[in-house]
Amino acid sequence: MRSLVLPDFTISRSEECDGCRACEHQCPFGVHTYDASNDRMVSDSRKCAGCQRCAVFCPKGAIEIRPAPSFYRPNASWSRERIEDIKRQAETGGVLLTGCGSDKPFRIYWDHMLLNASQVTNPSIDPLREPMELRTFLGSKPERILLRDDADTDPVLTLETPILFSAMSYGAISYNAFQALAIAASRSGTFFNTGEGGMPAEMRPLFKKHAIVQVASGRFGIDAEYLNCAAAVEIKIGQGAKPGIGGHLPGEKVSKHVAATRMIPEGTDAISPAPHHDIYSIEDLEMLISAIKEVTNYEKPVIVKVAAVHNISAIASGIVRAGADILAIDGMRGGTGAAPKVIRDNVGIPIELAISAVDRRLRDEGIRERCSIIAGGGIRSSADVVKAIALGADAVYIGTAALIAMGCTLCQRCYTGRCSWGICTQDPGLMRRLNVEEASQRLVNLLSAWSHEIKEMLGGMGINAIESLRGNRDQLRGIGLHEWELDLLGIRGAGE
Amino acid sequence: MPVRRQKLYTKEICACSIFGAMSRAGERFTGERVIRAMASMHHRGNGLGGGFAAYGIYPEFGEYYAFHLMFTGDASAQRDAKRAAEDFLFRNFDVVHEEEIPHSDDVYVRDPPLLWRYFLAPSKRGEEVHLSDEEYVVRKVIHVNSAIDNAYIFSSGKNMGCFKGVGYPEEIGRYFMLDRLYRGYLWTAHGRFPTNSQAWWGGAHPFGLLDTTVVHNGEISSYGTNRWYLEMFGYRCTLHTDTEVIAYAVDLLMRRHDLPVEIVAKILAPPIWDTIDRMDVCERRKLTALRMVYAPLLMNGPFAVIIAQSGRMIGLTDRIRLRPLTVATRGDMFYISSEEAAVRLISQSLDSVWSPKGGEPVVCELEGGPEGRLEHEIAGPA
Repeated sequence: MRSLVLPDFTISRSEECDGCRACEHQCPFGVHTYDASNDRMVSDSRKCAGCQRCAVFCPKGAIEIRPAPSFYRPNASWSRERIEDIKRQAETGGVLLTGCGSDKPFRIYWDHMLLNASQVTNPSIDPLREPMELRTFLGSKPERILLRDDADTDPVLTLETPILFSAMSYGAISYNAFQALAIAASRSGTFFNTGEGGMPAEMRPLFKKHAIVQVASGRFGIDAEYLNCAAAVEIKIGQGAKPGIGGHLPGEKVSKHVAATRMIPEGTDAISPAPHHDIYSIEDLEMLISAIKEVTNYEKPVIVKVAAVHNISAIASGIVRAGADILAIDGMRGGTGAAPKVIRDNVGIPIELAISAVDRRLRDEGIRERCSIIAGGGIRSSADVVKAIALGADAVYIGTAALIAMGCTLCQRCYTGRCSWGICTQDPGLMRRLNVEEASQRLVNLLSAWSHEIKEMLGGMGINAIESLRGNRDQLRGIGLHEWELDLLGIRGAGE
Repeated sequence: MPVRRQKLYTKEICACSIFGAMSRAGERFTGERVIRAMASMHHRGNGLGGGFAAYGIYPEFGEYYAFHLMFTGDASAQRDAKRAAEDFLFRNFDVVHEEEIPHSDDVYVRDPPLLWRYFLAPSKRGEEVHLSDEEYVVRKVIHVNSAIDNAYIFSSGKNMGCFKGVGYPEEIGRYFMLDRLYRGYLWTAHGRFPTNSQAWWGGAHPFGLLDTTVVHNGEISSYGTNRWYLEMFGYRCTLHTDTEVIAYAVDLLMRRHDLPVEIVAKILAPPIWDTIDRMDVCERRKLTALRMVYAPLLMNGPFAVIIAQSGRMIGLTDRIRLRPLTVATRGDMFYISSEEAAVRLISQSLDSVWSPKGGEPVVCELEGGPEGRLEHEIAGPA
């Protein structure tokens, strides 16, 4: 059926183009082809995802990709997106899929919060001259300590910076991207998360001290050895990009190696159901947490990851009481390889509100120290990290930001498996585009840069240990927010 | 601004002068020299707060909790607050003596509230009979301070008391006639320089809970984190001062969690990770566990504090020592001060003078330990 959808982009090619065909090789969507009859390159803008790969790799810098100028007659009710979604569904009869996090203009609360800085009465601290500590412990803490010579606590994760890589499974992302995350985590003193796709056997001995393995509803790649080859185990109940929705890795992406890692036949679809079929109550979750602790000899903290949804504080309370050591909350701007567009853009709540509500509830109930909170789903900068911790999180997960560090341009075509940057694909040719060493170095650099910035912001507040920022809402002020939003966030307005 | 948010997120911030003097032998002396020492640091305050804590001043009521209450507002509000507070106190305690706290009308102070003191014994009923006296008292103090408008219990220990208000410390000292009416073996004092907030009588230092009092110079930038953590243990930070969170933290750690002073100092002002990482395995594990469990009680920002308890005085600065603190001894006298000059003024000859390292506590106890005080008081002059 002929598509009636307007192209999203226009492609212009300057006279500099010498027909080297680099763009043709770079584009996995078949946009560029060589027209031998006219000895020139031609482009089909309808196929363009806007990934900018061709523009970046054109040796002459001759290609420019811009948003298409064509538009429908302006209509406040019927935006171009609404019109084209209907056209696409009329053409396919299916659920619209998309990748990455929601791009809708919901209020980003990070941008409506401002940080404090010391002036005169409380000296700011220069992180270049004074110690500035970002070491963070994630896990259950006892209410008090009984002094013994071997004073110790429950198992915890020790991070040198309060940032972890969130779950991105091997299968959804390429082996190279997966490896790069693992290497960067081990070099930076933090953790990567295997997602629900298991961990390749050859990586286990190398990265077990920096891995968080995930138990999702599909139970792919899970056995006792897998659970024990990590520093922590995460039970994934939900994710911010698609709360209440399972996962689906198409058979085309299930290569031999992915199949072996996931313990499924090669080329078959890997479908994670929306619910865990052994969890239909909080008691069931408690049993699974206990089972995992038993299997791992009570040596690893157990994380429970949920999407930020309407009643998140009550849900969080139940999860903590069920024995989770760490609660990971994923906000609605969290990314994904593939999600129904309607779910991604309409379900869940922003992570900022969820952190605040959960932290307050757990403190009101006096159980906040029984578990740590990792906030994810919309962390875009070091300032977001600082604000998340001031709102009550212990640390943050970054996913999309890590992908961008590796080269992702958020073209939102992850679900096609044709990632031009070699990140979200199992195509051997495309995968090779991502150099593991270079990608891991970019990730290390990102964490290093953000850590430096966090230290600068802490120093400005007169704080030299990150633990003194946690829940320290005095350091935040809201701007451009309604009273109910200020109340929910538990912060005062700017100028107060 | 909604009252709820205002209550949650307002605090008072200050830098200041602090001073402490203690006789290790338990000899009691008037507040006269302490007032003089504070007056010498006049310039460190700005007349918006001064206060004293004195230990050993009520031997005749030594077995009873001495509550100092402040009733604020206009005359009518003061009367209502007093009535409500007394109604509560008389229902929950046996009151053996009550009186207005003596003060001198010759000294001008601005807007003094009604100040009253009560000597009490807990009168526990129902499930509360299982509580220790101290826990019972703490709960009642927190109730009054958080639930009764315009009534604040700013001192609640045995045989000790806090005296504070808006003014220079020497004015406050003379207002309460500390140089004439009271003799104590341990005195701490505070001159206040509030910069970010209005001064009020309740916000002056010291802040006390049971017999723990805190005077403090600096600004706790971790106040928000400290307060959120303490509230989980039932403390309510109604006075919005940094001293309040320090006092509650000390109460939690020393009384409820039974941790020794040295450990408490390691929690409030812990060594930096680089130092901890170089320690032997046993010490490293202990300090790591402490930082892990009590991370929210790390006091960040610049501070120097004197924490006093019956029979004990503790000096402590933040771990990178951003506020001054000088310690000195002369015979059985032990001094802690923001400035050496203040000590020299009242004791020109000193045996030793030093500045403690950041995060390293200086502890002075009565001879024979904190409990030695009791024997001395029984034997000593009233």
